[in-house]
Amino acid sequence: MKKVVTGNHAVSYGVKLARAQVIAAYPITPQTQVVELLSEFCASGKLNAKFIKVESEHSAMAACIAASASGARAFTATSAHGLALMHEMLHWAVGARTPVVMANINRAMGPGWSVWTDQNDSLAQRDVGWIQIYCESNQEVLDTTIQAFKIAERVLLPVMLILDAFVLSHTSEPVDIPDQEQVDEFLPPYNLKTKLDVNNPRAYGGLTNPDHYFELRYKIQKAHTEALAVIKEIDEEYKKHFGRQYGLVEPYRCDDAKVILVTSGTITSTARLVIDEMRDEGRKVGLLKYRVFRPTPREILRDILYRAQKVCVIDRNISFGHGGIFAQEIKSVLYGLPASPPVYSFIIGLGGRDVTPKDIREIIEYTYKEETPAEPVIYRGVRL
Amino acid sequence: MNIKMESRNFTIPEKEYMFPGHVACPGCGGALAMRLVLKALGEKTIVVIPACCWTIIDGPFPMHSLHVPVYHTAFETAAVAASGIKAALEIQGKKDITVLAWAGDGGTLDIGIQSLSGVAERNDDIIYACYDNEAYMNTGIQRSSATPKGAWTTTTPVGNPKGEPKKNISEIMISHRIPYVATATLAYPDDLINKFRKAQQIKGTKFIHIFAPCPTGWKMAPELMITICRLAVLTNIFPLYECENGVKYTINIVPEKPIPVREYLKLQGRFSHLQEKDIEQIQKTVDFEFNLLLKKAQLIV
Repeated sequence: MKKVVTGNHAVSYGVKLARAQVIAAYPITPQTQVVELLSEFCASGKLNAKFIKVESEHSAMAACIAASASGARAFTATSAHGLALMHEMLHWAVGARTPVVMANINRAMGPGWSVWTDQNDSLAQRDVGWIQIYCESNQEVLDTTIQAFKIAERVLLPVMLILDAFVLSHTSEPVDIPDQEQVDEFLPPYNLKTKLDVNNPRAYGGLTNPDHYFELRYKIQKAHTEALAVIKEIDEEYKKHFGRQYGLVEPYRCDDAKVILVTSGTITSTARLVIDEMRDEGRKVGLLKYRVFRPTPREILRDILYRAQKVCVIDRNISFGHGGIFAQEIKSVLYGLPASPPVYSFIIGLGGRDVTPKDIREIIEYTYKEETPAEPVIYRGVRL
Repeated sequence: MNIKMESRNFTIPEKEYMFPGHVACPGCGGALAMRLVLKALGEKTIVVIPACCWTIIDGPFPMHSLHVPVYHTAFETAAVAASGIKAALEIQGKKDITVLAWAGDGGTLDIGIQSLSGVAERNDDIIYACYDNEAYMNTGIQRSSATPKGAWTTTTPVGNPKGEPKKNISEIMISHRIPYVATATLAYPDDLINKFRKAQQIKGTKFIHIFAPCPTGWKMAPELMITICRLAVLTNIFPLYECENGVKYTINIVPEKPIPVREYLKLQGRFSHLQEKDIEQIQKTVDFEFNLLLKKAQLIV
């Protein structure tokens, strides 16, 4: 069924179709609509779930992890300061190997207070061990929500799907909402092999001395490595059921491209138009949408980017004292390849400032034209 | 002495759910409390433990000493993790399992009070037990908001002992109007067990405050642990009482002639620096608080 819905409501519909059983959430702009609609679904009986209206995001995540460890499919949603408050429990979800799914609506961190989009909230959680998937459209948001539960439960890692504040969260688009029966065929009920069980009284998450801790961490990393193939397989299976797939990354007109632009989130849609325009002008430019950020799809990134003469990366985020985070990641992936292409790093649009087709065109033109970047990090549109 | 307890012919259940191999200190009130509470609640119980002495006591991975499932969680999350487990069990149709959050005084009165208040306000169906040893014992005896006025700890050294009174967590929980709040201690195991059994039969949030001495942190002889518990009650320092629905108080023991607080204080090294005037002040405060409690118990609502 096609329906015009916002990005936030696309998450809610995805969670309903995935038959989440425990939802714990706390309000924060621009996430709140996700859980408002879910609470309506719960109240009307359209979704048979327990909705715990907790007093903070920290508690939301704590409740989700505990519910997940007890055998229930658990979901929450948040943004920015809410995600930052959860930080401790984000580690806990990974260490406990609980397949919690969360939607994070990318919002800038305060102060000054900002409700508008940038990626510093989710990227500050890069190293906690969550799978991170950045979405571009409301259809992708819904599809990724459903996929996320299947991925998480296969590899026993929590999954965060990420969408831009307002540009996606509050923007309506036509979305194909699958039938419940179709989703049930794709996504079986949550069945955790080892869970809290009074007939099997084990202890979970207790004191772990140096004889055991390292191995537990190694296994988390191993699960991340294996997750790449699992995400790909589930994406292909999704296509068989629903006719849509998204890939770990999405190359667009990259085959003979001299310059490849790397983007994530909604900037990708704007960039696709610019690439089309420039291709029409006979310019050999391509676009790589970076979708699955953790685990890092190293091989496929290398395969695509290695063929370009130059790579430029747009970051709507900043690692203070260093630079754009996606650019760092791309450089690290390309490091060690003989004659790997130079990476031009651009930071733009922090705190929700618009990123226009003109901006993107100028970024590509600059990369095309300049032998080397003037600075290790180039800031677009800073007004001083 | 006026005693209101359910049974005077009481035997403690023989079945054990806590086994040797735990790593509690000698005379640990928190360890004995767990042993008794699990005897009360039985095998269909899941225990949630945040950071506290019991993080260690249960034993290191892959061993553990309790014959019930134990879910360890972060310091400030005992209450809400228990809610998450309860919600998950209910949605799976498992309605006969008791979820027990088991936290120390730091995890309850300090860092965990936010999520505990949230759980109580929602009246989520869990039992929350605070085993109160009146300081951060697991990290090495630092003051908490449960440390009594005048006590030595490593962060309230002699010369600058704790200047503020103990936070009254039971009254805070009573103010949430949850169905059941009670205090209990180890010198009265029948009372303690009965209170947990009662809590198990009530739907909603139940809060039980257990006075659980730490001989190590209180600088006292481990064999005096039960004596100290009895003295805490008979001096009115830690009255045994219950409150239903935030209004109906029952005081379980009203000593006709309370023992002077001096008898309680003098057995513990943490109070050894106190002077006569300090002890008199403590006596006055204890008398005042107990009279206040008596008046609440006389309320007819």
